[in-house]
Amino acid sequence: MRRNYHLFVLLFPVVFWLVCFFLLPLVSVFIYSFIERGTYGGVRWHFTLENYGRLFDGLYLGILWRSVSTALVCTAVCLLLGYPFAYYLARYRPKHRNILLLLVVVPFWTNFLIRTYAWILILRTEGLLNSLLGAVFPNWGPLELLNTPLAVQIGLVYGYLPFMILPLYAALEQLDMSLLEAAHDLGASPRRAFWHVTVPLSLPGILAGSMLVFIPTVGAFLTPDLLGGGKVSYIGNVIERQFKTARDWPFGSALSFMLMGIVLVGTVLYFRALQGGEDSQVS
Amino acid sequence: MKRILEVNIGLVYLFLYVPILAVVVFSFNSGEQISVWEGFTFGWYAKLFEDAALWRACRNSLMVAGVATVIATCIGTTAALAIERYRFRFRTALMRGLYLPIIIPDIVLAIALLIFYVQTPIPVGLVSVIIAHCVFNIAYVTIVVRARLQGYDNTLEEAARDLGANEWQTFWRITFPLIAPGIIGGALLAFTLSIDDFVITFFTAGVGYTTLSVHIYSLLKFGITPKINAISTMLLANSIVFILLFLWFQGGTSATQKQEV
Repeated sequence: MRRNYHLFVLLFPVVFWLVCFFLLPLVSVFIYSFIERGTYGGVRWHFTLENYGRLFDGLYLGILWRSVSTALVCTAVCLLLGYPFAYYLARYRPKHRNILLLLVVVPFWTNFLIRTYAWILILRTEGLLNSLLGAVFPNWGPLELLNTPLAVQIGLVYGYLPFMILPLYAALEQLDMSLLEAAHDLGASPRRAFWHVTVPLSLPGILAGSMLVFIPTVGAFLTPDLLGGGKVSYIGNVIERQFKTARDWPFGSALSFMLMGIVLVGTVLYFRALQGGEDSQVS
Repeated sequence: MKRILEVNIGLVYLFLYVPILAVVVFSFNSGEQISVWEGFTFGWYAKLFEDAALWRACRNSLMVAGVATVIATCIGTTAALAIERYRFRFRTALMRGLYLPIIIPDIVLAIALLIFYVQTPIPVGLVSVIIAHCVFNIAYVTIVVRARLQGYDNTLEEAARDLGANEWQTFWRITFPLIAPGIIGGALLAFTLSIDDFVITFFTAGVGYTTLSVHIYSLLKFGITPKINAISTMLLANSIVFILLFLWFQGGTSATQKQEV
C-alpha cells in the first residue's frame, strides 16, 4: 500500500503535465485538421477531409519535397564533415581531447537565433564573404547569397553539425582498438578494416546522429525564415504562415500532422536499422 | 590520410567559430553597418543599458526560465525516480512518451499548444509560456537525472533502511545528495533551453509579451542594427558560463563516482 502511495506521488505530476499540456494539445491539432476554416479566420465546426486533400496540391508536394530533400542533403553533409572529425577526435591525446570536444559543445549550447543571425553577417551583399572576395579579386561583383536555398542549406548544416558530431564521437570513442589490430593481423588493408570493422561498429552513432539532424531540419522554421528571407518556402514556414498571417488553422493542423508522420516514419526506420545492425553484429 | 583528417578538423573548427567570432568582433564596430568595419567602440554596449524594451524582454526571459526550470526540475526528478526505482504498468509507455516532446518538431508542439490555449481559459503570456517550456524541459531533466540514477548502486539506500531510517530520511540523507549533481545539471540544461527557445515562445506568448529571443527575432525582421551584435555577444558569454557550470557539476560526478569505485 505504501509503495503504491509513493509511486502515485512520484508519477502524478509528470503524467498530469504530459496528458494536459502535451497529449490534449496534440488531440486538438488532430481535431482541427478535420474541420472547416471560418470566413474571418476562425473555424467552423463542420467535418471535412479537404485540408488533407489540399496536401496533394502540386504546390505543397513541391514544398514537401524541398523540405525532405534539404534535410537529407543536410544530414549527408553533416555526416561527411562529422565522421572524419569525430574519428580523429576519438583518437586524439586524452589530455587535449576534452578541450577539443568542449569546443564542439559550445555551439550546441549557444542561442540558435544568434548562430543563424551570424550567417546574415557573413552572407549578405555587404557581408564579410563579399568583402573578402572583393579584396582578393577587385573586379568581382558581389555574390547574392542571402535569401537563397544555398544560404538555408549552409545555415542548417551549421546549426545541426554538433548534433551529428557528438553521437558519432561517443560511438567511435568506445570502439575497441584491438579489433582493428586483429583485422590488420589477419591481412586486411586499412581501407578494408575501416569499411568492415570501424563503420559497422559505429553504426549506432551514425544512425543517432542522422536522426538528430534530420528530424529538426525537416521541420525547420527559423533558418529558412531568416536566411531564405521568405522567398523559398519550406514546410515549417508554410505551417507558420497558416497560424500567423493566413489564419487557416485547420490546414496548418493538417500540414503539422503530415510533418509528424514524416518524423514518425524516420523514427521507425531508425529503430529498424538499429536492430538490423545489432543482428548483423551478432551473426 | 592523416593530413586529410587534420585539414578536415581545422576546417570544421573554422566553420563552427568564424561566424560566432564575427558577431563578437563586430559588436565593437563603431560604424552603422552591421558588417563593415570602421573603428573600435564600446558604444553599442552603452546603448543596451538605455534600451527599456530590451530590459523588459530580458526580465521576462529570466522569469519564464526561472519558474519553468524549478517546475520542470521537480517533476523531471520525480519522474526519473519512479522510472528507475519502480516497476509498474505503462512504465515503457511513459519512457517513450517522455521522448516525444523532444522528437516532434518544435513548430508542431508550438501550434498544438496555441490551439489548446485558445480552447482553455489559461491566460496567454507569462503563464502559457511557462507551461509550454515545462513540456520539453521535463523531458530533458528526466533524461539527465535518470543517467545519474543508473550510475550508482542502491545498496547505500538499503543500508540506511536497515539502520532504521524511514523513506523520507533515506531520500534526503542518501539519495538526494548522491543524485544532486544530476539534478543541478538537468536544471542548468533546462534553464539554457528555456532562455534560448524561440519557436515555442513565439507561438504561445500571444501579442505583446516578449522574451529575449522573441525581441531579437523582431529586431532581425524589422531593421537590423549593430546593437544586435552587442546583445548576441552578451548572450554568448552567458552561454559559456552555463556550459562551464554544467561541466563542472557533471565532471564532479564522474570524479566522485570513481572514488566510490
